[in-house]
Amino acid sequence: MTAQAELELETETMTVREAIRQALREELQRDEDVYLMGEDVGLFGGVLEVTSGLFEEFGEERVRDTPISEAGFMGAATGAAATGTRPVVELMFSDFAGVAMEQIMNQMAKMHYMFGGKAELPVTVRTTEGGGMGAASQHSGTVHTWIAHFPGLKAVAPGTAASAKGLTKAAIRSDDPVFVFENKMIYEQSGEVPTDEDFTVPIGEAAVEREGDDVTVVATQRLVGESLGVADSLEGDVSVEVIDPRSLYPLDTETIVESVEKTGRLVVADESPLSYGTHAEIVARVQEEAFFSLDAPIQRVGTPDTHIPFSPPLEQEVLPDDDDVRAAIERIA
Amino acid sequence: MADFDLDSADGRREALRRMVTIRAFDEEAGDRFADGEIPGFVHLYIGEEAVGVGACASLDSDDYIASTHRGHGHCIAKGLDPKYMMAELYGKAEGYCNGKGGSMHIADVDAGMLGANGIVGAGPPLATGAALSIDYQDRDQVAVGFLGDGAVAQGQVHEAINLASTWDLPAIFVVENNHYGEGTPVEKQHNLENLSDTAQAYDIPGVTVDGMDITAVAEAVAEARERARAGDGPTMVEAQTYRYRGHYEGDEEPYRDEDEIERWKDRDPIESFKDRLIERGELTDEEFDELRSDAEATIENAVEYAQETDSPDPTAAYEDVFADRPPELDRFANVARTDGGANGGDHR
Repeated sequence: MTAQAELELETETMTVREAIRQALREELQRDEDVYLMGEDVGLFGGVLEVTSGLFEEFGEERVRDTPISEAGFMGAATGAAATGTRPVVELMFSDFAGVAMEQIMNQMAKMHYMFGGKAELPVTVRTTEGGGMGAASQHSGTVHTWIAHFPGLKAVAPGTAASAKGLTKAAIRSDDPVFVFENKMIYEQSGEVPTDEDFTVPIGEAAVEREGDDVTVVATQRLVGESLGVADSLEGDVSVEVIDPRSLYPLDTETIVESVEKTGRLVVADESPLSYGTHAEIVARVQEEAFFSLDAPIQRVGTPDTHIPFSPPLEQEVLPDDDDVRAAIERIA
Repeated sequence: MADFDLDSADGRREALRRMVTIRAFDEEAGDRFADGEIPGFVHLYIGEEAVGVGACASLDSDDYIASTHRGHGHCIAKGLDPKYMMAELYGKAEGYCNGKGGSMHIADVDAGMLGANGIVGAGPPLATGAALSIDYQDRDQVAVGFLGDGAVAQGQVHEAINLASTWDLPAIFVVENNHYGEGTPVEKQHNLENLSDTAQAYDIPGVTVDGMDITAVAEAVAEARERARAGDGPTMVEAQTYRYRGHYEGDEEPYRDEDEIERWKDRDPIESFKDRLIERGELTDEEFDELRSDAEATIENAVEYAQETDSPDPTAAYEDVFADRPPELDRFANVARTDGGANGGDHR
């Protein structure tokens, strides 16, 4: 569904956090095999309050607090998914994937394939990413590139409240393992969200959030909103098209390529480190499909290859933001 | 209950048949590997047959097991067909995993077999997960996580047991202490005489039984199963056993001597069980010989099937990565193939 079509449904204004919570609530109501598990997701309501109230509403069987034991509960969710239930795991901070990586990369990602397709793994992992809270480098990472890199795992990363709801629901309904990367700095960001219980965002479909003719900005997560702001501020000088890929794997190459064929210029803005990552993949696909449509070198906006530091001036130094997007557009427009 | 039960004469005979079949399978797999017919590497279960068969004798056919590197025995104990197992070892399309898993990863979820596993200690969390599904859906089943003595040192094993214990899940953890974690003796990997003592840390029962005695294993697992089904949570069963072969086929075994192996062979699990059945008047030597030749014939047929059945079509390499296939698989499969593809095709 395009961003345009989504807005034709009945909507309500809500934050990204509320949109995800609504998605979880609707899926818990829709399917008894769905349950939530993770650290402090129950009575505590999640450290970033996404699951707040669900414990009271659905009880401890369906909103389960786990021990601080990422390898154990990620493995248990994998085994549970293979045997008839549909766990939705909250991995409190995506950096903690490191603790559970064996179960993620060798079990969850490979079981369907190694079993000759004879096991389905409907597991959803919700996890937070991104800097900006002064949380330092062990609570601010962007690991979506690693996950999107492993065959067998799907990775989505919403940039708006509507896509946060739609992607979360699609992830839970998927029979594949899907990671939902929630940027913690946009939980408070509001938007129009379809209230239809059947509304989902298909995994693998980008959204053209704003149409334009001169430069395409492919932006993810927090940088979607910031890029839209930049596009508005440049109105009259540069006509900027903003695309949120929403799904990092699979990636909607076609929508991005069509846009670049129209504009001839591309900026890729994603908070992950610049080397070998999400940017590189988007750039590679565009050069494969639309090399001769390019009128200028593709620009990348991301985190220079460093960790996210604690001290606010240091953190602000490394985190990509709207000024970086503006500068990238101006370099090529 | 299981398709075979040690409380009946027929069940005991079936247990013996499965043990003998495991040994025949693994002896043949070792030979065929040595002949270069089986790719990769194989880890044989010879000597440990009483553990897998004893445990599965106390399980229902729809209970789950998660296995280890050394999974052939668990598969046969659980009732998988040696024909499709051997085809998997040969990497054939008709193998249990369509040739994508091989010896270390045979799985059949429909038969309750959640996979042999190439990662030491990775199975117990999966078993805890199966127990979670069972508990969540109020099903009358249990899940067994097999692990070796080496895996007891793995962090994720402890996380899995702790989670199962905290949530009172119907899980059973069967430690196959075959005395070597790869090439290092168990005493050099743990400071405990009985690995089942680790159960104390989770406030669950932990027992150590003679893993060369099928009855001892079956009784311990039956008790654990009752406890699990009653909602009382997991149990750890350590079965003291021994692997006659190296860690993998071709292992030169500098870490042990022949005398030690011979001492354990004196307590061979198949011979001792057979002798008991003969003593009880349930079996004759002739019947045992017949049972063994039947098992050997089954395995010969399995090898013949594996040799003759088709290899997978190369394009199957791109199948079953996902339940819902993403476009990338078509896009990149074309690039990787020597006949080229459409990518880089912006030829204007």
